[in-house]
Amino acid sequence: MAAELDSSFRLSDRPLDAAAVLRDLHDATDGAVACFVGVVRGESRGRRVERLEYEAYGSMAEREMAKIFAAMAERFGVRRARVVHRTGVCRVGEPSVVIAVAAPHRDAAFDACRYCIDTLKRTVPIWKREVYEDGAEWIGDRS
Amino acid sequence: MRVRILLFAALRDRAGRSELDLEFEDGATLGEVRAELERRFPGLLTRSRAAAAVNAEVARDEDVRLCEGDEIAYLPPVSGG
Repeated sequence: MAAELDSSFRLSDRPLDAAAVLRDLHDATDGAVACFVGVVRGESRGRRVERLEYEAYGSMAEREMAKIFAAMAERFGVRRARVVHRTGVCRVGEPSVVIAVAAPHRDAAFDACRYCIDTLKRTVPIWKREVYEDGAEWIGDRS
Repeated sequence: MRVRILLFAALRDRAGRSELDLEFEDGATLGEVRAELERRFPGLLTRSRAAAAVNAEVARDEDVRLCEGDEIAYLPPVSGG
């Protein structure tokens, strides 16, 4: 008797607009919308970051996100979410990922949002490359 | 049979290419593909702790037999978000 999933994921090579993602999720039936925005930091492990570059394995990222959305529905009853992740060059201070999750009440919204970003970071085939003044490095197994 | 290999991120940079098509005997295993890549790019996969995905699904069993047209991706540890 599962209600239909209204959760979507997409990649974007343009700057993200968190407000637009939230507007897309607006619905009168949900009393809570939780939002997570990942932001590019200007410093990483003691080095000054000039920019990040993101790369994705698109078809697999879609599949892994679909599994995350299914788990969000099963564990938290959350069936409405939007996830947008950058690809390409992302400047310091810009959002790298926006996650918006809607639910009737806040407990499920917060929990599902947390679960979403935690699991994305573990399982979705996206990679970031940190570019410094004096070099660049692909980041693996830590963020 | 022909399979397509995809390389991402640090693997792509080190190998100098993002994809290659390889020919194998019918029924070749994932392990044989890995061995062939090690032959062409020594140290590439072992140095980076790359995971394999077959047709966009993580594949841990190196004995799995591949099919014509399979897409095998090698994925360094991910760092999205």
